[in-house]
Amino acid sequence: MDAFTTLTAVAVPIDVDNVDNDQHIPARLMRKPRIGKAYGGYWFHDQRFNEDGSEMPDFVLNKPGFRDARIVVAAKNYACGSSRLGAVYVHYDYGIRAVIAVSFGDVFYNNCFKNGILPVRLDEATVARLRRELHAQPGTTIALDLPQQTVTGPDGTVYPFDIDAFGKRCLLQGLSDIKLTLEQEPRIKAFEDKHRQQMSWLFQTAPQEGAK
Amino acid sequence: MSLPRTLFEKIWDQHTIVTNEGGQTLLYVDWLLCSEGSIHAFNILRAEGEKVRCPERVFGVADHYPASGGPTMADVLDDERRNMIATLDRNTQQYGIQYFGLGDPRRGIQHLVGPEQGLAQPGVIILCGDSHTSTQAAVGAIAFGIGGELAHVLATQTIWQRKPANMRVTVEGKRPPGVAAKDVILAIIAKVGAGGAVQHAIEYAGSTIRDMSVEERMTVCNMSIEAGARAGIIAPDEKTAAYVKGRPYAPRGEQAWNQAVAYWNSLPSDADAKFEREVTLDATTLAPMVTWGNSPENALPITAVVPEPDSEPDAQRRAGMVRSLEYMDLKPGTRMTDIAIDQVFIGSCTNSRIEDLRAAAAIANGRKAIVPALVTPGSTGVKQQAEAEGLDRIFRAAGFAWGEAGCSMCVSMNGDTVPAGKRCASTSNRNFRGRQGKDSRTHLVSPIMAVAAALSGRLADVRDFLRN
Ligand code: SF4
Repeated sequence: MDAFTTLTAVAVPIDVDNVDNDQHIPARLMRKPRIGKAYGGYWFHDQRFNEDGSEMPDFVLNKPGFRDARIVVAAKNYACGSSRLGAVYVHYDYGIRAVIAVSFGDVFYNNCFKNGILPVRLDEATVARLRRELHAQPGTTIALDLPQQTVTGPDGTVYPFDIDAFGKRCLLQGLSDIKLTLEQEPRIKAFEDKHRQQMSWLFQTAPQEGAK
Repeated sequence: MSLPRTLFEKIWDQHTIVTNEGGQTLLYVDWLLCSEGSIHAFNILRAEGEKVRCPERVFGVADHYPASGGPTMADVLDDERRNMIATLDRNTQQYGIQYFGLGDPRRGIQHLVGPEQGLAQPGVIILCGDSHTSTQAAVGAIAFGIGGELAHVLATQTIWQRKPANMRVTVEGKRPPGVAAKDVILAIIAKVGAGGAVQHAIEYAGSTIRDMSVEERMTVCNMSIEAGARAGIIAPDEKTAAYVKGRPYAPRGEQAWNQAVAYWNSLPSDADAKFEREVTLDATTLAPMVTWGNSPENALPITAVVPEPDSEPDAQRRAGMVRSLEYMDLKPGTRMTDIAIDQVFIGSCTNSRIEDLRAAAAIANGRKAIVPALVTPGSTGVKQQAEAEGLDRIFRAAGFAWGEAGCSMCVSMNGDTVPAGKRCASTSNRNFRGRQGKDSRTHLVSPIMAVAAALSGRLADVRDFLRN
C-alpha cells in the first residue's frame, strides 16, 4: 500500500449530501476485474458518462480544472450505503488520495485507511467554505499534512483535524494492517483459548445435516 | 461493582482481545460469512501471502449472482456472472471454507443463512462482507457489514473497531393493522435521518419491539445502517432462544444449551446503562409507509403527498430534495396513492423470510396483480417452506412470478432489473439512484404494501385490502 505523508493537489468539490456507493460505482460494474487503473473509469459512471460513453459536460469531474483532482471535498455522509470495496477502488484508481467531508459512511471511512486514501473529517462550515473556494477557482489546490494533521485551504487558512492514531500509523508507513495484527498472534491465540472455554458451545464439532 | 453496560458493550467486552493506543479495539470474530463480492478480499490474501486463519469459522454463500429463473449455473445470466460464482467456488475450495453454493439446500441470502443455520445467536460477533449483516443482530448479536476488512478477518479472525456510541430507539405501543415491521423501521429512519446514527450502535427497545417476532426484528435491524448506524441490536428473550434452538449451529446437548442460555440471560442492557442518544417513537400513530426519494429517510405515510422542497428551510437538504424529485419524476403535492407503478418486487434480506411471504400471500390470495410482480424467497429453506404451505401457488394464481432464492432485484446483479425510467414498489432496503438498474425508480414498502401496489398498479394503502 502507498504511504501517505503530505499532499498538495487539485481538489474537486462534490456538493451533495449522502452520496451513496451505488453512485460511486453502480452494482453492475462490480463484476469487472480490477486490472490496472480500470476502476478509475467507473467512478460516478452513470453521472459522468452518457450511454454511448461520451462525457456529460455538466458533471463536475468533466469540467476543466477538476479533471486532475487528487482530493475530494464532499459534504455530509459521503460514500454511505453499500459496503462495496469498489467504492474505494474507484477513488484510488482515479487518482484520489484524500477525501475531506463533514462525515462519512463508516465502512468507506475504514476502507480508506487500508487503501492509501486519507479521510479527513472537518466541520460543516469549513467544508462548505472549501467547496465554495474550489468552485470560485477551479483547479486550485489544497494541501494536506498527515504528520501535522492539518488541511491548508486555497486561501492559506490552516485547519487542524483529528484522526485515529492506528489508522494514521498505517497510512504514514503504508503498512498492511493484516501484518500488524498478526504481530499480536500470541494474544489472539490466548484469547481464543479462553473464549473456547467460556463459550464452548460455539466450538462444538460440525453439526448434523438437516437439524431443525 | 462493575459499571452498568449496554447489551452491545457486554458482547463487545466479551470479545475484546486488546485495545490499542488510538482507542481501537481488536475484537474476536465468532463467525464470518462471505459471498461473491469477497473476490477482492481473496485477491488481497493472495497478494499478501496470507492464509485463512480459521476456515471452520467461515462460510461462503452465493447470493448476489444466482438467477431467480432457475437453480443451476446454466441458468445464470452470462459468463461474467457465472465467473463471479465460480470464483467463489474456487476460493472457498482453495482455502477450505464451508460453502453453500448453487444447488445446496442451505443456500440463500447470507443474512438469512446466518440465522437459519443458528450461526447468528445471542452474544456472538458475526460479520459478513456485506452491508446488511445488521439483520442478524436481531437475535442479540453484534453483527455488522465489513468491506475492506474482509481480508483482515479472513487472515486473523479478528477486526479492529472503534467502539461506537450507544443510541437507544424505544418504540412503544401496539401497531395498528396494516403497519408492518418495515413501516416501523422506515419511520425510525425518517425521524433519525440517513446519516443520523453515524458512529452509533442502535439498540431497539420498547413494547413494540418486544412484541415483534424474531423475523420482524430482523427487518428492523436490517435497515439500521440506512440510518447510518454501525450496528443495530435487540435484546435476546425467550422468543430468541426458541428461534435458535435446534438449528445446526445452535448449542447442542443440555449442558451446552444451559450454559449458553445463562450467558444470553446476562446480556440485556443494565437498567442504568448509559445511552448517548435516546429516540422514541409511538407505534400506535404509525401508518403504512412509502418512500418518495433516493434516500431511505425520504419515507412518509401512504396517506401523505409528495413533499414540497420550498418548505425545507435547509438549503443543502432542499437541493437534495429537488434532485431526488427530478430523478424520481415526481411533482410536489401529488398524492402517494396517485403514483402509478410499473412493477413490484418482493424479496431481499429485508423482507423475504417466511412470515413476510405468508403476510404477502394472504393479501394476494384470490386477487390479481395488474403489473408485473416478482417474489423471490430469501433462502432455499424459505422457498421450500413456502412451497410446502402452498404460498407459491397463491402467488402464481395472483399473477406473481415465483423465483429462486437470492438477492435478485434488490441490487439487480443477477439480471433481474427495473428498466430505465420504470417505477418499482420494492420490499428491499435501498432506493438509491440506479440501485435496481440504471435510471430505475424505487419506492420502498412493506411486503403487504407491495402486494397492494401490484393489485392496484399504483402505490396503494394496504388497509383498503384488509377491510375488504
Ligand atoms: S438482498 Fe440486497 S441488501 Fe440484502 S444482501 Fe442481497 S443485495 Fe445486499
